[in-house]
Amino acid sequence: MSAAESYVTADGRTIGATVMEMRNITLRFGGVVAIKDISFDIREGEIRAIIGPNGAGKSSMLNVINGFYHPQEGEIWFKGEKRAPMRPHEIAHQGIARTFQNIALFKGMSTLDNIMTGRFTHMKSNLLMQAFWKGPAEREEVENREIAEKIIDFLEIQHIRKTPVGRLPYGLQKRVELGRALAAEPRLLLLDEPMAGMNVEEKEDMSRFILDVNDEFGTTIALIEHDMGVVMDISDRVVVMDYGRKIGDGTPDEVRNNQDVIDAYLGVPHD
Amino acid sequence: MPEQLLFATEVILNGLMAGVLYALVALGFVLIFKASGVFNYAQGVMALFAAMTLVGIQTGQVPFAHLINTILGTEIHHFGWHVPALLSILLTLGVMILFAILVERVLLKHLVNQEPIILFMATIGLAYFMEGFGDLMWGSDIKKLDVGLPQGISETIDTTTYEWFGYGFFIDRLDIAATIVAVILVISLTLFSQYTKTGRALRAVADDHQAALSVGISLRRIWVIVWSIAGFVALVAGIMWGAKSGVQFSLSLIALKALPVLMLGGFTSIPGAIVGGLIIGVGEKLFEFAIGPMVGGATENWFAYVLALIFLVFRPQGLFGEKIIERV
Ligand SMILES: Nc1ncnc2c1ncn2[C@@H]1O[C@H](COP(=O)(O)OP(=O)(O)O)[C@@H](O)[C@H]1O
Ligand SMILES: [Mg+2]
Repeated sequence: MSAAESYVTADGRTIGATVMEMRNITLRFGGVVAIKDISFDIREGEIRAIIGPNGAGKSSMLNVINGFYHPQEGEIWFKGEKRAPMRPHEIAHQGIARTFQNIALFKGMSTLDNIMTGRFTHMKSNLLMQAFWKGPAEREEVENREIAEKIIDFLEIQHIRKTPVGRLPYGLQKRVELGRALAAEPRLLLLDEPMAGMNVEEKEDMSRFILDVNDEFGTTIALIEHDMGVVMDISDRVVVMDYGRKIGDGTPDEVRNNQDVIDAYLGVPHD
Repeated sequence: MPEQLLFATEVILNGLMAGVLYALVALGFVLIFKASGVFNYAQGVMALFAAMTLVGIQTGQVPFAHLINTILGTEIHHFGWHVPALLSILLTLGVMILFAILVERVLLKHLVNQEPIILFMATIGLAYFMEGFGDLMWGSDIKKLDVGLPQGISETIDTTTYEWFGYGFFIDRLDIAATIVAVILVISLTLFSQYTKTGRALRAVADDHQAALSVGISLRRIWVIVWSIAGFVALVAGIMWGAKSGVQFSLSLIALKALPVLMLGGFTSIPGAIVGGLIIGVGEKLFEFAIGPMVGGATENWFAYVLALIFLVFRPQGLFGEKIIERV
């Protein structure tokens, strides 16, 4: 592990040691190399952005982290240990939660039920107890329900608690999806383009929620974002990808002045 | 009340109760289809197999007796004991859970991400396998199933209705019992899926596999649970049907009645399966009562399908399905 020491940011948040480290990751789909020999780390408590043009391999990287994709080469170190190949649901139990580029909510379920489902890894009662709603199962429902309600308050979505999420407008769906991931109280939160397709006001709201999550709960966040302005505003460090390679890594200022990064972004329309 | 109306009411009541059974079988289909996208052709055979196993366990039959006797030249058939009904039901449930685990290990696990048609074909194979396996295990003779459910025409209803209307309704007490059991089953399943962690996980998997994985739900575990529940529902249907007409091959054919029920109710809607079952049950009895005599009877064989076809033309998404809007 890199022997990074903890430090305090300008706005007073503490950034700790490395919690996740990707070492020389290569991921191929047949002939397509989606990720080519990339290494980077994520430190406790930081907001780490991954940026790059469309098709650069950003989503693939998140999919590697949460186990949807298995890289052909490289090592993944999480919480100081090298991670054996695992299924996505096992990785969720290790404390990694995520949202998706194209919202993946349980559309037929209410906001509350979606967020309760996000509590899955924290609910331990066995099937028989649940079937009879007895003892621990009942207590567990009540306790987790309270936590879910807190998240609903935090995200200011009380008015849609009971609404089936499939009926919600896009921006609110994105917010519920964030809520479901937060409900897991993850050690590492992965957000794939949380602001894509939003208007300016919605983007500001979402930025504020992401900053608040990080600030209030100290949650470590890795996020993919297209909007350079937003990225520069909210992230502590940025990885820049292009055609599956890493072409930049550093603070927003360092990255902004990196010639490779400037070149990669020239002529690429920002949306 | 006029005579005809009284007859019709009796027919409707009987139809409702037949419909309960269709609804139960259709429910088994819907549960599995929603969670895994598999159209489980074997649902009817599961009901038959569950009923055979229940009778076998209850009457102390030696499983695979025929096979054992042929190979070893022995003459064993019965253990010589009787297992109480409730315990037999629990043991049979255990067998159905074991079956669910096997299905997941042997079939689903390997066929994940295959085309739906391949999974469908696999369940056809499964149906024929189970049918043969059931015969091998318990013999193919018609069996009497008796778990102590009330049976026979209810005299109370007969005499009360006679006093009220001057016409006594003939209603089988078994039908009443079946209806009560089915109602309890559906209510429990609904509560379970709404208010427990696993219930929510079942709905989550039915909605979006990737999202379900991302919150820590194991698809394979959920499939085992869903097939177990479907096995349980099949057992209940098997008990009702078996108590009514004996445990025999025709029991697996009620599954074919579930198909029009599903067309009516939609393949993914639990209320649809229930209401669809009741509509078909009542519809075919009423049709037989009103139109049957004019066309020479036996309309129950085809009425459900014709109704389903008409329905498909006007409402292909089923009773409760979301309207399908064509993108152009
Ligand atoms: N499941 C997949 N199968 C085949 N190719 C894929 C798959 N996922 C991603 N790719 C390819 O990997 C490359 C990177 O895609 P992606 O990670 O989605 O990029 P980004 O999120 O940066 O836009 C693209 O060429 C894409 O087509
Ligand atoms: Mg992407």
